[in-house]
Amino acid sequence: MSHTIASIKEGLAKGEFSVEEIARSYADKIARENPQLNAFLEVFDYKQFLPAKEGGALYGVPYGIKDNMLMQGKRTTAGSKILENYISSYDANVVAKLREAGGVILGKCNMDEFAMGSSTENSAFGPTKNPHDLTRVPGGSSGGSAAAVAADLCVFALGSDTGGSIRQPAALCGVVGLKPTYGRVSRHGLVAMASSLDQIGPLTKNVEDSAIVFETIAGHDVFDSTTIAEPAPSIAPALHQPIKGLRVGVPKEFFGEGLDKEVSQQVRSAIEKLQELGAVIVDISLPHAEYALATYYLIMPCEVSANLARLDGIRYGYSEKGSQDLLHTYLESRAHGFGAEPKRRIMLGAYALSSGYYDAYYLKAQKVRALIRNDFDDAFQDVDVIVGPTSPSVAFRIGEKSSDPLAMYLSDIYTVPINLAGVPAISLPVGKGSESGMPVGFQIIGKMFDEATLLRVAYQLEQSQ
Amino acid sequence: MLTDKEVKHIATLARIKLSEREEEHFKKDLSSILGYVETLNKVPTDNVEPLYQVTGITNATRSDEPRGSFVMNDELKRTLIEQAPAHENDYIKVKAVLKAK
Repeated sequence: MSHTIASIKEGLAKGEFSVEEIARSYADKIARENPQLNAFLEVFDYKQFLPAKEGGALYGVPYGIKDNMLMQGKRTTAGSKILENYISSYDANVVAKLREAGGVILGKCNMDEFAMGSSTENSAFGPTKNPHDLTRVPGGSSGGSAAAVAADLCVFALGSDTGGSIRQPAALCGVVGLKPTYGRVSRHGLVAMASSLDQIGPLTKNVEDSAIVFETIAGHDVFDSTTIAEPAPSIAPALHQPIKGLRVGVPKEFFGEGLDKEVSQQVRSAIEKLQELGAVIVDISLPHAEYALATYYLIMPCEVSANLARLDGIRYGYSEKGSQDLLHTYLESRAHGFGAEPKRRIMLGAYALSSGYYDAYYLKAQKVRALIRNDFDDAFQDVDVIVGPTSPSVAFRIGEKSSDPLAMYLSDIYTVPINLAGVPAISLPVGKGSESGMPVGFQIIGKMFDEATLLRVAYQLEQSQ
Repeated sequence: MLTDKEVKHIATLARIKLSEREEEHFKKDLSSILGYVETLNKVPTDNVEPLYQVTGITNATRSDEPRGSFVMNDELKRTLIEQAPAHENDYIKVKAVLKAK
């Protein structure tokens, strides 16, 4: 049986299984199926992580976390050879929270190297396969987390989302993926990619679980000064409230060229469903949406180039032996430790931030970012949520886009505007594509800090299917 | 298209040594991506303030008192120093920063 948080709670309450028994059954399943999927990079001995006390919101619930979140005493690779043997010295805030809530951590999930990618093909430790079709990618960069949940190797997993890395793999694997509002969840202990965009969030089998995990991990953290002061809101109890009269914006920019017909079909059906549920569908425009991808692929590499400067062969991680001097330690450690995509993005960022180019590139992009955010603010004066496709296509074949960086970047076209604006968004599975039979994801975008409405709409739509 | 000299300069800024083949390869990739992002030049942004971060939080401060959130002891010291690829006793070893004349 594919468990959810509720079914685990029920099973434990009825005495159908103990915490240890259910964890063992998941561990056994991972042992059987993970070699083929490569969803987990490292599998723990679950017995070491059984909850100390009862009563937590996630008591006895087995989960995985993306391998860019630190767990004290355990390896964190960020999908890269440069951190292949790096042992974390502290817990990420979210890791501590999940442990406190009584969850059972099963292991670390595969990812594109330093969260750079949309297919998990950039992992230094091999790609993850899509459980729906092993010849296809699970999406990325949280591909391992999405595949693990889709294959029921765990009940939920944490991922991180900078340009779509929770939502897009959720869409491609047919699971629910939530990117909270920037500032909701602490990034303390998350390997930083782009600090003004990164956010941690849950990948789950249903919306209710998404709400429960979100409530558990959200909240102010003194170790992350970008977190807002408000504690995590209570959302799960209000999911059942009907959405009659709610205004749903459909941006014309999300239905243009490049969107596959089989995706468009399922997304349109979902919009009709929302209308049947009583929502008011409103045509809107996000005029600067067409510039979001370019804006993102300037801002993100710039921030990446700063964040990855710490990987210098000096303080931790891979270090080139026999380098002749300090400069060569840097040049050679980074040359051999990083894969092609991190190199590409670090160089892009270094160039765009360099003297003479800063104004034309980075500063310009941050100004366009303001305009993109204004588009959302304007739209949200009139609507409560905004909807559209999560990804322009269903899961593509392994190797199909890996030789052309720009083709791969286009996978993020509907997800990046959200990160730039900071608003929350969720991807919900809405059926299978009529041509490929692969899952299609529906993206619902909410106002800043309004995960409550977002999750309510997602829940109502999910229940109606 | 970026020149070879520009690519070498970028690689040096990024502190990443590239092989000749990589230089050629990345020259094409970077040129292509920079060409794509140049579309932003079409967007008028006079009088637009850059949006560096989205929550509006500025100057998040705390009181200047010890938080006691972790204990610095020999074990932690050892853990942190042992993460360094080259270390000796309580020191992290680095190559010479200042060159003797």
